[in-house]
Amino acid sequence: MAILKGQRYYKLKLSIDNNNYQEIKMITNLHNHIQAVHNQSIDIVEYTAKALEQAKAINKEYNYFTTISEELALSQAQNLKKTPTGRLAGVFLSVKDAICVQGVESTAGSKILKGYKPLFNATVIQRCINEGAIILGKTSQDEFGFGGFAVNTEIVPKNPFNKDRVTGGSSGGSAGITQKADFAHLALGESTGGSIVNPALFCGVYGLCPTYGRVSRYGLLDYGSSLDKIGPMAKTIEDIASLLNIIAGHDDKEATSATQKTEDYTKYLNRPVRKMKIGIIKDLFGDVFGDGVDENITKAIYKKIEQLESEEVICEEVSMPITNKYGIPAYYIIATAEASTNLAKYCGIRYGAADDLKSNYNEYFTKFREANFSKEAKRRIMLGTFTRMAGYRDAYYTKAMKVRTKIIEEYQHLFKKYDALISPVMPMLAPKFSELEKLTPAQHYMADIMTAPPNLAGLPHINVPIGMHNDQALGLMLTTNHFEEGKLIQIGSAIR
Amino acid sequence: MQIDKQLVQHIASTARLQLSEQEINEFIPQLKEILDMFSQLDQIDVKNTLPSFHPILLENVTREDKIKPSLTQEQALSLTKHKEDGYFKGPKIL
Repeated sequence: MAILKGQRYYKLKLSIDNNNYQEIKMITNLHNHIQAVHNQSIDIVEYTAKALEQAKAINKEYNYFTTISEELALSQAQNLKKTPTGRLAGVFLSVKDAICVQGVESTAGSKILKGYKPLFNATVIQRCINEGAIILGKTSQDEFGFGGFAVNTEIVPKNPFNKDRVTGGSSGGSAGITQKADFAHLALGESTGGSIVNPALFCGVYGLCPTYGRVSRYGLLDYGSSLDKIGPMAKTIEDIASLLNIIAGHDDKEATSATQKTEDYTKYLNRPVRKMKIGIIKDLFGDVFGDGVDENITKAIYKKIEQLESEEVICEEVSMPITNKYGIPAYYIIATAEASTNLAKYCGIRYGAADDLKSNYNEYFTKFREANFSKEAKRRIMLGTFTRMAGYRDAYYTKAMKVRTKIIEEYQHLFKKYDALISPVMPMLAPKFSELEKLTPAQHYMADIMTAPPNLAGLPHINVPIGMHNDQALGLMLTTNHFEEGKLIQIGSAIR
Repeated sequence: MQIDKQLVQHIASTARLQLSEQEINEFIPQLKEILDMFSQLDQIDVKNTLPSFHPILLENVTREDKIKPSLTQEQALSLTKHKEDGYFKGPKIL
């Protein structure tokens, strides 16, 4: 689809500006909105103008976008007005900056990709556009996904419930706008070690990270190629299932894309959970992080466990000693090793930022990378380069890959007996920016103790919001076996 | 594990990074703390375990060796100022 440019675009913009679209009452329910677009009872171009205006106003206060793609959105809306079809007709989609959108600046939150406007759409984007979704913009994130709090970047998003707190990360912008958007809205996040469920928790929305390979990574600016997953974020679990239906499935453009058949995930919504078995990972409710897990999280989760038990779900405490002891070091060795190789391609020649070619070969690349990677990116490149170096490779990199096998086996053993596992998402509630400054990089990494293991094992997991503690959102994490996203939806929809 | 300035500089140059003096001094204790954490893996026995380079078993996907649509040379070069005669242009090697 061509983006309207020049005079044609300004003519459209002028006609919209002359309309009284400010008076429009937006439809927040996805299903009702899509129906209204299908039967043309609303003018989607005017609705898009209003959604853009609202997104801009929210962005001014909260920094959720790196780019708002106004020209693309209005062009799409105009097309949709003529041909109002698709399972996501007129739904506004916010996209993590690391996922490529054709013609829209896509930087993965990094200075090194400044100005990069991809020549193609990521597969997930193409699928959503084919179903009539309107791209609202690219969302702020930790540079290349390097962080759990969305502070390792120039545009730092703020928590929707308290601007002094973080959104979580790395998909912070996607989570924040999902909470604040007052119109039919969905978002795409991406997780390497917890970057979907973590910000979903802190911003009080649903976020589902699918099985590794379930959703195509084609067009994703990668971090760790054996770990990265794109997944849906939304205000309701119904919307999560609808978006997953569209983005899941094999893609012949992507070598690690899974060939297993997909399902209609909406079928699992509100399906009875009676007699299902859930393992409570008891080690993750204890003293696993500094002073231990915030007691408000533990209390809130156990209340929901009681609710499930009252519906005859069998809940039993389980232990995962290998996973919880070795998950973080194994994850960070693998993630940084893969990141250091993936980031080797950013050299200031073919796309993105560039310098003048004055110096010689190594000097050019070295200076360019030094100036354009942030401190956290450099730290991870250094770690990953070190653990792959001759003499250290077997002790770190290869060993971590073997520990990953042990961790997968520990999960598989539990999934013989249990349908799902339940745990906190993070050991703390959304912290203030000022509280984060006290943590060392190693302590930052340790905060991923609950989310790194399922990511390392490529297992699907979801954040289910379960209320508020003052100005901080509460949530719980469900993890299921490979390709059992359906059960996440089933149990997630039973928790109200 | 001894993390000193020399090792940090060696890693940086391998990774094509030119760290400032200040960054090197900052990174030494940070990398030490993280590598100590990594060393926890010394405690687990994985002698008879195979590595998982991917979390799920992947099937080889093949296709017929036929040319499919792709970017033109012009498109591929459209995102850079560093080009000449239809090629990318890099910094001098010698």
